[in-house]
Amino acid sequence: MSELAVAEIKHTHWDSNVYEPSDDTFLLVDVLQGYARKWESSKPRCCLELGCGSGFVITSLALLLRQLSTPVRAQLLAIDHSPAAAEATARTLRSHQVEDVEVVITSLFGPLLERLQGCVDVLLFNPPYVPTPDEEVERGGIASAWAGGWKGRRVIDRVLPLLPKLLSPSGELFMVTVTENEPQGIIDEMKVHGFQGRIAGQRQADEETLSIVHLWREASST
Amino acid sequence: MLSCHIKNVRNGYPFLIEVVKVSEHEADFDPDFLKHIFPRINWPAFLQGAVSLGCREGLPEEANESMLEDEGFLKRFHHALLEVFLEEGSLVCPETGRKFPVSKGIPNMLLNEDEC
Repeated sequence: MSELAVAEIKHTHWDSNVYEPSDDTFLLVDVLQGYARKWESSKPRCCLELGCGSGFVITSLALLLRQLSTPVRAQLLAIDHSPAAAEATARTLRSHQVEDVEVVITSLFGPLLERLQGCVDVLLFNPPYVPTPDEEVERGGIASAWAGGWKGRRVIDRVLPLLPKLLSPSGELFMVTVTENEPQGIIDEMKVHGFQGRIAGQRQADEETLSIVHLWREASST
Repeated sequence: MLSCHIKNVRNGYPFLIEVVKVSEHEADFDPDFLKHIFPRINWPAFLQGAVSLGCREGLPEEANESMLEDEGFLKRFHHALLEVFLEEGSLVCPETGRKFPVSKGIPNMLLNEDEC
């Protein structure tokens, strides 16, 4: 089977206010690319990326779903609290002729939380995971793309408790972490809330060891 | 899919839409997707949005799942749901009147500090 295509960096947009696609971004997309054919049977219908930045990841997801042997048509949402990032995502989508993704500027899930309950089949999240002093998390600007506070977990720990509410019965999460975030610990913690998990990919980057945490509900299979 | 998330707002759904500019582009017609998403649609809210965006024509006052067998209905539902976009304008909270701007098709739902 030939490899499915993902977004192209030459058609991806960002500026100094937007997180540039890096090793973490590419690892997440590599994992999705390897996993995509599973969606031919599970058929995700609502997919959301939290913190879409340049749009490289959500564009890749949209392209992957299109290329499946039975293309999957889904409601695709990209959200970011940075207007610059939202605009970069919209441009990146356009450059790849992807027109079925809605982009929304909001902090975390904001106005979507209520209506999306139990609906999200695929949630993608490349959080600000770098351990920093807690003050940096709220400092705003480009720092908010990476500053994760204590253990790099401040934003991650605001999102994890929302998963039981947000994800559909077959819903799954793909999230970027580094060792300091304790990825295996996250998987263990989420067991209490009825989730199973695995490390779906790992890579040594310059100064960090990246892992993709993949979580899904106990009852369903991978 | 949006509802107003300002603290203490109870009836923040659906948003009213103020239109400055609407855009249209063609989308692939996929009955399976439409059938799947239909149960998630709040029909009166959808209709209200369609009226604001000028694409209500041919959509019934009430809708139920049996209509999904009707190709004509599906085509009109498809058009209003997936082919008509608010390019420039605002989403207005029905309770407080707070406006959230939509620019280049992207709604800015950020709240001020005193709102969250």
